[in-house]
Amino acid sequence: MSSLTQSILYLDGVSVSFDGFKALRSLALTLEPGEMRAIIGPNGAGKTTMMDVITGKTRPDEGDVLFDHGKVDLTRFDEAAIAGLGIGRKFQKPTVFESHTVADNVLLALKGERGPFSALFGARNRIRRERVDEVLTRVRLLNERDRRAGDLSHGQKQWLEIAMLLAQDPKVLLVDEPVAGMTDAETEATAELLRDINRDHSVIVVEHDMAFVRALACRVTCLHEGAVLAEGSIDAVAGNERVIEVYLGR
Amino acid sequence: MATSTGPRLIAFVEKRGAIFLAALMALIAIVPVCHLALAPDSPFHISIGTVVLIGKYLCYAILAIALDLVWGYCGILSLGHGAFFALGGYAMGMYLMRQIGTRGVYGHPVLPDFMVFLNWKELPIPWWGFQSFPYAVAMAVLVPGAIAFVFGWLAFRSRVTGVYLSIITQAVTYALLLAFFRNDMGFGGNNGLTDFKDILGFSVQSPGTRIALFIISGLTLMASFLAARAMAASSFGKVLVAIRDGETRTRFLGYRVEHYKLVVFTFSAMMAGIAGALYVPQVGIINPSEFAPTNSIEAVIWVAVGGRGTLVGAAIGAIVVNYLKTIFTTGWLAAYWLFALGGLFVLVTLAMPRGILGAWEDAQGRFFKARPKPAATNRPGPAP
Ligand SMILES: Nc1ncnc2c1ncn2[C@@H]1O[C@H](COP(=O)(O)OP(=O)(O)O)[C@@H](O)[C@H]1O
Ligand SMILES: [Mg+2]
Repeated sequence: MSSLTQSILYLDGVSVSFDGFKALRSLALTLEPGEMRAIIGPNGAGKTTMMDVITGKTRPDEGDVLFDHGKVDLTRFDEAAIAGLGIGRKFQKPTVFESHTVADNVLLALKGERGPFSALFGARNRIRRERVDEVLTRVRLLNERDRRAGDLSHGQKQWLEIAMLLAQDPKVLLVDEPVAGMTDAETEATAELLRDINRDHSVIVVEHDMAFVRALACRVTCLHEGAVLAEGSIDAVAGNERVIEVYLGR
Repeated sequence: MATSTGPRLIAFVEKRGAIFLAALMALIAIVPVCHLALAPDSPFHISIGTVVLIGKYLCYAILAIALDLVWGYCGILSLGHGAFFALGGYAMGMYLMRQIGTRGVYGHPVLPDFMVFLNWKELPIPWWGFQSFPYAVAMAVLVPGAIAFVFGWLAFRSRVTGVYLSIITQAVTYALLLAFFRNDMGFGGNNGLTDFKDILGFSVQSPGTRIALFIISGLTLMASFLAARAMAASSFGKVLVAIRDGETRTRFLGYRVEHYKLVVFTFSAMMAGIAGALYVPQVGIINPSEFAPTNSIEAVIWVAVGGRGTLVGAAIGAIVVNYLKTIFTTGWLAAYWLFALGGLFVLVTLAMPRGILGAWEDAQGRFFKARPKPAATNRPGPAP
């Protein structure tokens, strides 16, 4: 049980099926506080579904999903509550609020009261501009602060989403395919940014780009058909025969 | 002081809002003058009938702003807002009925004519208190608000959205239509409430009262716009737009979407109730046809035609479409009104997706060649 009490996130025996199709089969995964973990695996392996389960979008058929040293059972909460507990998420498809400005996107994400009355009359209206600019500087979007988010390039949208995660300042960040569609230079910058974020947050990154995963320099888990196929250092996982068979080699 | 608050007020209501408020103020000042001070044969004389007509448009504009707040900003396509308007109207109508007193056909001191006709002996409980004007006004706001709250609480909590929600709102207004048609509901059945005599002691027929009601409608429209604008400009408004553009995403940011929807829907219903309460003394009647599903759909068309998500556009749409309706339905064209309305809707959706206001602002931008506004924050996407 020591792994449970030392974990910020603890999944065990998690199964999910959609109309009989098993997307997750008794999945187990433990994330330690301050850890960064890369998740790889072929399309349909269940990576996104795993994030759906953690963030309350999908309820598991069975299994434990525990947060904060086993103290919180996440399956009992909904999306907004889980976000409030301190789990933030970047989606596979970039989803920023297109008709808001870049700055307003960050403003909406900033940590703090989330209730409608606070938003109408209270603290939400007195957030200082510098707090937004600080976050935008970190993701190199300060020059775009007053542009419509919908007008950003694909890579910039990905960064804006990461900026929104930073603004939320969650305990755990779940980042789904952050470098899809990015140039090599952008990919490199993103890896650097995530490593920087990891200094004070626990992070799970799902990604296909092996060069990027290598650049993250963290423990790697390979999923396949809804279960863990291999786990360990990037070299160990990349050298694993089963991993080569189902994922890397073809 | 004026130097510092003036520009700030304009920044808050935006340029279009400032023009809108100024135009309304001018309207409120000029229309009564043109009626009272100019001789009836002057080309600029405005007849009392026209004053009432414009007053009616102003009430519709309040309804349009209320609808734009939920649809344009939050993406909730309510096809039942006419019901809230009608409920507000009934509350005012009940007050006006009770003011008739012994002047009714049957001369009963308490019971309205239709109750005497139905052989009722006592005033039904829902009618209690309506002899008081403040009570009636409170009910005109609270009843639509309470119904919207209960409806919204059930619907938003179970995450009913999109077309399903729209259909349910239609069903609600239709159910109310059927209910109010029934004599035993006690709201005048088919005939509704009419033959009003006076309001706060002033004859509803007298030109003075009608002008006063016109001015109050204009002022209420200004207040409604300012309240809606304050909501839209606050963080609350930003969350509404976020919900419209990405409801799921908003939840994952930790916002309780259902609470936001509930607040804006309830507030909007109350505003619609006020519009209905102002409308009834001016037109002199309220009957179940105000609950007709087509009324609610027409209101959506006003907003789409004027420009969704701008508040000002919604008000303009209400006034323009109803002006056209007046022209159409008073002559031989009457039979074609629904075709014209449908055609207008299709035309605007295809040619001016941002409505009259959006097209006008785009044209202005092109004319002056300068387009310094890359960040049009509240531009809505295609209708859901
Ligand atoms: N809501 C859903 N309904 C039905 N099937 C789903 C749903 N979500 C995911 N799946 C299926 O579950 C499997 C795992 O999907 P996903 O978690 O998105 O994979 P990955 O992110 O690893 O590519 C896929 O076969 C997918 O088609
Ligand atoms: Mg995926």
